[in-house]
Amino acid sequence: MVPLSYYLVLSGILFACGVTGFLIKRNIITIFMSIELMLNGVNLSFVAFAAHWQVLAGQVFVFFVMVVAAAEAAVGLAIIIAVYRTRETLNVDQVNLLKL
Amino acid sequence: MISVHLILFLAFGAIAVAGAINLLAQTHPINSALSLIAVMAALAGEYLLLGAEFVAAVQVIVYAGAIMVLFVFVIMLLNAGVEERTQGSRVAFLFGIPGMLLGSLLVAWVVLRHSGTEAVAAGALPGAPKTIGPLLFHEFLLPFEITSILILVAIMGAVVLAGKPPTTAAGPAQKVKD
Repeated sequence: MVPLSYYLVLSGILFACGVTGFLIKRNIITIFMSIELMLNGVNLSFVAFAAHWQVLAGQVFVFFVMVVAAAEAAVGLAIIIAVYRTRETLNVDQVNLLKL
Repeated sequence: MISVHLILFLAFGAIAVAGAINLLAQTHPINSALSLIAVMAALAGEYLLLGAEFVAAVQVIVYAGAIMVLFVFVIMLLNAGVEERTQGSRVAFLFGIPGMLLGSLLVAWVVLRHSGTEAVAAGALPGAPKTIGPLLFHEFLLPFEITSILILVAIMGAVVLAGKPPTTAAGPAQKVKD
């Protein structure tokens, strides 16, 4: 038997790692992966709460989060390819102008 | 008494946290992607411990499979190299790291102290496809259909954004010619 709070703390640690990566990373692809890490942390708390309160809807919501993550990954990576095509760099410090 | 459930939880949790920290520590994106796959696989183990077997399977197939393949594909397509580190602001280091540690310790203390002692049993809520399916296709039918439209829009957006740029003379000058 594992207390619910352990799952919540693990979920919080993963989310915090995602936020940290989002802030300190300079490669646009790695920043994108940090967002996926945050979504994974949230998914864990969804499933833990679902098991705790015996409501299956929490597990269904995880699927919706996964679908949104997949859509976001497809569009986001397409944007990264478009940015790379025009700027020839993946460093977000060099992508700081709206104008070319 | 330390149960097998707790040991498994701690093992998978340690793998997940180690993978997340490795994602931050690595400078090459492909190493970060592989550590993210490790995090996702460990989380699938946690879902199995909670009884969410279908979620665990979908996590491995969709997240660790499809989405991460997309990431690795883009990393290799763009030939992404080692990340160039830039100097962050010193205020962020002086106040940000202690502040973050303090805040997370506070949150962890509150969660561990005030959330009661009710434990989640292993496999407490069996989420087999047989029980997930009716819920997804009856109660959550409208959100399900809306997400399918979202996926359709995302596919078209990805094709438009990543497709070949127009090479007509009337269009704006492109830096990279095909």
